[in-house]
Amino acid sequence: MPDSWIDFLPTLLKGAEITIVVAFFSAILALVVSFVAGLGRLSKLWIIRTLTAVYVEIFRGTSLLVQLFWLYFALPFIGIELPKMLAAILAIGLNFGAYGSEIVRSAVLAVPKGQWEATVALNMKPWQRLWNVILPQASLRMLPPFGNQLVELIKSTSLVYFITMADLTYQAMVLRNNYISWTTEILVLLLLMYFVIATLVSLAVRLLERKLTAGRL
Amino acid sequence: MWDWKYAWDILPQLLSALKMTVWVTLCAFVVALIIGLLLAFAARSQFKPLSLITKGVIEFIRNTPLLVQVFFLYYSLPVLTGISIPAFYAGVIGLGLHYSTYLSEVYRSGIEGVPKGQWEAATALNYTKAQTWRSIILPQAVPPIIPVLGNYLIVMFKETPILCAITLVEMMLTAKNIVSQSFRAFEPYTLVGILFFIISYIASLLVQRLEKRMNLQRGK
Repeated sequence: MPDSWIDFLPTLLKGAEITIVVAFFSAILALVVSFVAGLGRLSKLWIIRTLTAVYVEIFRGTSLLVQLFWLYFALPFIGIELPKMLAAILAIGLNFGAYGSEIVRSAVLAVPKGQWEATVALNMKPWQRLWNVILPQASLRMLPPFGNQLVELIKSTSLVYFITMADLTYQAMVLRNNYISWTTEILVLLLLMYFVIATLVSLAVRLLERKLTAGRL
Repeated sequence: MWDWKYAWDILPQLLSALKMTVWVTLCAFVVALIIGLLLAFAARSQFKPLSLITKGVIEFIRNTPLLVQVFFLYYSLPVLTGISIPAFYAGVIGLGLHYSTYLSEVYRSGIEGVPKGQWEAATALNYTKAQTWRSIILPQAVPPIIPVLGNYLIVMFKETPILCAITLVEMMLTAKNIVSQSFRAFEPYTLVGILFFIISYIASLLVQRLEKRMNLQRGK
């Protein structure tokens, strides 16, 4: 039997490690997908616009947990078996990428038209227009909504518990099973750990935001 | 690969579970609407301790996962209070409470969107505080946020599968049970996804239409 709640910490910290790894890689995937799909929706080619729109609607229209179950439990029936970690990162990354693409799209559209006209007047190549003029301005607008999404993403990693990945939530629930009388202590500790992680991340994003926008917006 | 007969056989079960999913969503939405408004008022309170505590609570709920909060309500509250909560109520309260913190922000933006002159006019006309809220501020603050509230209703609908963790028999748990009996996961989970998609897609089209119509009314 544990003597105090401190005895639970090592196990929970081990779970926190998995939580952070999942959050980190799915955040990177989500960021990349956000830009690809967000810019894809603004493409001149209708086929790219349609494909990205279909992707965004499908992932926004179904639920993250359903997507995770589908990738992990349903895909093996058509011969694709994903390891837990990969299924988790794919589900969370693709789900948040769909939401993120809307952030990218609206931030790019919010760049004043004169900036586009200026790039044309200066005879810049298409990728130069985007990379040197449009995206640097759009990125600043994306930061606050991306920061909020990142916190949501960290919270959503708790869903990997359902595919029995040993993350923070899973470790806590195993502990609870073993020491039922400590249920409240374990769950409060679990809530606090998520709170600390999410708060630290959102503070970091706010700091970054202040640094990047200093003297600009 | 895809077995039509099997899919057809399990569809009625999933559809009746869909009713439960929708019902939980609606109940939780009502909870979120009411608590969200209370939180918005409390956060604006002149009484500093109340507004500080409210903001702290909002921050805490928003920065922790819904799944863990639901676990807390379902497993911990009975230990603390001696009253056990059925899964349905734990789900409704958990989902409702979680999103009430988001809705309180929505209300706040609506209230702050009312021009200051409206408050001053109310004071000049000698309205009481209750009258000011009831007949001047809320009628102007609420309509613009209705589409946003509609979007949150859709978001909440898509969060309900989480509640299968506390054995609430909604669509996800029904699908899980089907899978554990038949050992075929492809059709049940795909169907659940399709059902979620159909409903939330239609709902979001409705919200968009509502938004357009309201913008027209306000002459935008």
